[in-house]
Amino acid sequence: MTQVSMTVNGKQASGDVEGRTLLVQFLRDAQGLTGSHVGCDTSQCGACVVHVDGQAVKACTMLALEAEGAQVSTIEGQANADGSLNVIQQAFQDHHGLQCGFCTPGMVMSAAALLKDNPKPTEADVRDYLEGNICRCTGYHNIVKAILAASGQDVSAIAAE
Amino acid sequence: MPKDGGIGASSKRREDIRFLTGEGNYTDDINLRGQAYVFFLRSDIAHGTINSIDTSAAEGMPGVVKVFTAADFEGVGSIPCGWQVTDKHGEVMQEPAHPVLASGKVRHVGEPMAAVVAETLEQARDAAEAIEVDISELPAVVDMKNALKPDAPKVHDDLKSNLCYDWGFVEENKAAVEDAFQKAAHVTTLELRNNRLVANPMEPRVAVGDFARGTGDHTLYTTSQNPHVIRLLMGAFVLGIPEHKLRVVAPDVGGGFGTKIFHYQEEAFVTFAAKACNRPIKWTSSRTEAFMSDAHGRDHVTTIQLALDAENNFTALRTDTHANMGAYLSTFAPSVPTWLHGTLMAGNYRTPLIYVNVKAVFTNTVPVDAYRGAGRPEATFQLERVIDKAAIELGVDAVALRRQNFITEFPYATPVAVEYDTGDYVATMDKLTEIADLAGFDARRKESEARGKLRGLGVNCYIEACGIAPSKLVGQLGARAGLFESATVRVNATGGLVVMTGSHSHGQGHETSFAQVVASMIGIDENMIEIVHGDTANTPMGMGTYGSRSIAVGGSAMVRATEKIIAKAKKIASHLLEASESDIELKDGAFSVAGTDKSVAWGDVTLAAYVPHNYPLDDIEPGLEETAFYDPSNFTYPSGAYACEVEVDRDTGQVTIERFAAADDFGNIINPMIVSGQVHGGIAQGIGQALLENCAYDENGQLLSASYMDYAMPRAYDMPFFNVDHSCQTPCTHNPLGVKGCGEAGAIGSPPAVVGAVVDALRSAGKDVTHIDMPLSPSRVWAAMQ
Repeated sequence: MTQVSMTVNGKQASGDVEGRTLLVQFLRDAQGLTGSHVGCDTSQCGACVVHVDGQAVKACTMLALEAEGAQVSTIEGQANADGSLNVIQQAFQDHHGLQCGFCTPGMVMSAAALLKDNPKPTEADVRDYLEGNICRCTGYHNIVKAILAASGQDVSAIAAE
Repeated sequence: MPKDGGIGASSKRREDIRFLTGEGNYTDDINLRGQAYVFFLRSDIAHGTINSIDTSAAEGMPGVVKVFTAADFEGVGSIPCGWQVTDKHGEVMQEPAHPVLASGKVRHVGEPMAAVVAETLEQARDAAEAIEVDISELPAVVDMKNALKPDAPKVHDDLKSNLCYDWGFVEENKAAVEDAFQKAAHVTTLELRNNRLVANPMEPRVAVGDFARGTGDHTLYTTSQNPHVIRLLMGAFVLGIPEHKLRVVAPDVGGGFGTKIFHYQEEAFVTFAAKACNRPIKWTSSRTEAFMSDAHGRDHVTTIQLALDAENNFTALRTDTHANMGAYLSTFAPSVPTWLHGTLMAGNYRTPLIYVNVKAVFTNTVPVDAYRGAGRPEATFQLERVIDKAAIELGVDAVALRRQNFITEFPYATPVAVEYDTGDYVATMDKLTEIADLAGFDARRKESEARGKLRGLGVNCYIEACGIAPSKLVGQLGARAGLFESATVRVNATGGLVVMTGSHSHGQGHETSFAQVVASMIGIDENMIEIVHGDTANTPMGMGTYGSRSIAVGGSAMVRATEKIIAKAKKIASHLLEASESDIELKDGAFSVAGTDKSVAWGDVTLAAYVPHNYPLDDIEPGLEETAFYDPSNFTYPSGAYACEVEVDRDTGQVTIERFAAADDFGNIINPMIVSGQVHGGIAQGIGQALLENCAYDENGQLLSASYMDYAMPRAYDMPFFNVDHSCQTPCTHNPLGVKGCGEAGAIGSPPAVVGAVVDALRSAGKDVTHIDMPLSPSRVWAAMQ
C-alpha cells in the first residue's frame, strides 16, 4: 500500500492505495464520493468522468497514484456554493436531460469540459464530443438540447415535447 | 396552454436534484459495516460436464473468507420461472432446474461455477484464479433450428429434447387460416431475424446481502425493477425465507429496460452467503459479466405470410417463429414469444384470421427474456415488414395499403384473443403525415441525391398491449403471479402526504408524475406529496414496473387509495362544518359546503384526523391512511405511426438517420415532458437494434460481443433530434386516469421504420431489395447494393 494525496473539490484527500487502485475506486470507496459511477470495464461509458487539473478524465483509466498532488473535481463539487444547481446542472433539469441518472454525473462533467473549450458548440460539436459518454435512457435528444441551452443558445426551435 | 402543476403539466423532475449533484443512492453506493465481496468464477465454455472443482488452493489465499460451489447449495431451490406455457398439444412446457451455482454441467458461457468471498474484491478475484475446474467440453447448440434436430446435443440431459414448447395460437383458427391462404389473390412471404440484444442499462447489476443473527432477518439490496417479486420468488422458491423475515430494497436503480425484472442467481447467492458467512456480502457486476449473465432480449427467427384478396384487403396472416430461450428459463421468458407476441399479431389491421406458431428452443446461450417491448417489438417488426413487402410486390403505396386495412371501430375484438378498447389509427397517421412532412420527402430526396446520397423513407404503425395485466386472465394463460398493483396513501397531521407504491421508478420519474396525480385530485401543491418506492419494508405488496404498467396499474391503485382518503376527509369535514356529507365539495385543497361560503382547509381536516378533539369518533376511526390494490380489467393499447428518413452512402453502405418522427396515442398524459423523454429513449433503442446492436455467438457458443468494444451501443452522433407528438389521445376506457402507458412504444415502433427507410433508399437506386436483416451495418447494406 502506498499513500496518495490530492485535492478533491477543494479539500485535501489522502489515503493508502494499492498500485492497481483506480482513481474512481479511490474516490468512491476511500472518499465516499459515490457520484462518479462505473458503467463498464473498457473506459467507454463515461459515467466516471471527473476533472483532473482542469482536464476531463475517465477516472477508470487513471490510477489513483497518478493523481498524486492533482486538483480533482467531481460531480459532488459542481453545485453553486448555496447548494443550487450550476448552469449546466440546471439546464439538464430544465430540459429533462436525464432519466435514471446513472450516466448523468459523467455527462455533466463532460459538458462542462466541452463548454470550457468551446463555449458555443454546434449540435454536431456536442454530439461528437459525447462519443465517450453513453446514455441508454434519453436517446441523447434532451442531453444535447440541455448542453446547447447551457451554452446560452436558443433551443426553442428544437422539438420540445 | 402549458399547465404549471398537476395532471398535464411538464413539472420538472424532483429526483433530478440528487442525480445531478452526485447524491443518488444506487445499490453499488451501499456499503455495510463488515462487508465482504464475492467474485463469481464463470464458465468460459458454452457446454461441458464438470468433473471436479478443486477450491483448496483458493481457500488458502489472502483474505479469502469462504469458497462456494454447488455442493454448498444442496437443499436450496431452483431459480424459478414465473410463467408456464401450455403447448398446442395441451402439454406443459419443459422446465429445467436452474441452480444457483452450476451443478454437474455448465450450459452457457458466463454461468457461475464457483464463488469466492473475500475481504476485498481484488482478493476474491485473485483467489478465483486459483480454483481448478476440470470440465469435459461437450458440443454446444447455438443455432435454434440445429438444436431441434433429432441428433442435436441436449442442453438438459433430463429433458426430452431442446424444445421447450411448440405453441399454436389460435389453434382452432388454423384450418380456416389455411383455407384463406388457398383462396388468396396474393400471398407475401418474408423470412427475417429479430436480432439478439442486450438491454444494457448503464448501471450494471449489483446485489448486497445482509443477515442479522440476533433477529434472523435477511436484507437484500438489489438493482431490481420489482423488489416484492424478488422477495417472493427468492424467499418462497429458492431459499425458503418467509416474507416477514426478508426485506428487499431496490434503491435508485440506473435503468432496467426489462433485464432487472428477473430474479438472478447472484441475488440468491449473496442472501444465502450473508448468513453462511455471518457478514454482509456484496456483488458488483462488471460490464463483461453483465453481457454474459443479464438476460438477453429478442432473438426470434420468423417466417411470416400475409394473404390478401383482389382488392388488397388482408384476409389472413400466419407466422412461424423460433424463439431462443437460452440455456435456462428466465423469470418471464416463456410468456414473451407467446402471450406478449401472438396476441399482438393483428396490429392495427382488420385481418380476420391469424395463426401463430412459436417453437421455443433451449440453446447453450445466456437466457433470453423481456427487453423493452418484450414480444411486441417482434410482432410489430414482422407484421410491418411483411406489409411493406406486400406493397412492393403489389406496386401500391405502403401507407395507403395500411390505411385501407386499418381497424376503425372500437372496441375491436381481434382474432388473437384481445379486445382493443380505444384507438384512432387514422388520426395518428394523419398527425404523422403532418409532423414528418411526408409531402416534402421527394424534395429532400432530390437534395440528397444531388449530394450523391441515397435517401429513403420508412413509415409504419404499431400497437402494443400495456398496463400488464388482468390477474384472472394471465392466470389462465400460465402466469404464476397476480399482476395487480398497490398503493398506500399516508396523510400526515399537517397535511403533507406520502404515497407508498408498489411500482418502481428506475428513470421514469414517478416521484414527480405520481405526485402530480395526487396533487390534482386533492388540489394541493405537488411539493406536499412524497412518493416512496423500492423497499418491501415500507411499501405494500406490489408487482413492480415493466410492461409500461406503472401509471396504468400503479397509478390506478394510487387513485383508488386517494379516493378513499378524500371520502374519509369529507366525513371529517362534514363534522367540522356541521353539514351533510353529501353537501361537502373538495376544490383547490379546501372543503366547502355547497351553496354556502363555509369551508375548512385541507390542513385543518388532516389535523383533526390526528388530534381528534372535535371528531366523529363514534362513526370513524382517527387517522388518515388508506391502501388500495388495483387489478386491471384489460390491457391498455397504445398505438401510433412512425416515420424514419435515412441517407445511405452508396460507396460504404453507411446509414445515417436524417429525420425521425413519432405520432403516438397514449391516451391521457400526466407529464408531457416525461412522456416525450420515454419516447426518445425508446426510439434510440429501436434505432440501435436496427442499425448497430447485435449480440453475437460463434458456433461453439462463445460470446463474441461481451464488451462495449464489440457491442455497438448507440452514441449521441448516431441520433438526430426526434420529432415526437402525443396530441392524438383516445383515453383508455377502463382505468380511472384514462392512461395507456408510454415506456416501450419507441422501441416497438421504430425498427421497422428504419429498415423500411433503408430498403426504400436502395430501391430508389434500382436495387431489387425487399428486406435486410438487422442490424443494418454498413457491410450488410453495401452487400445488398451489389
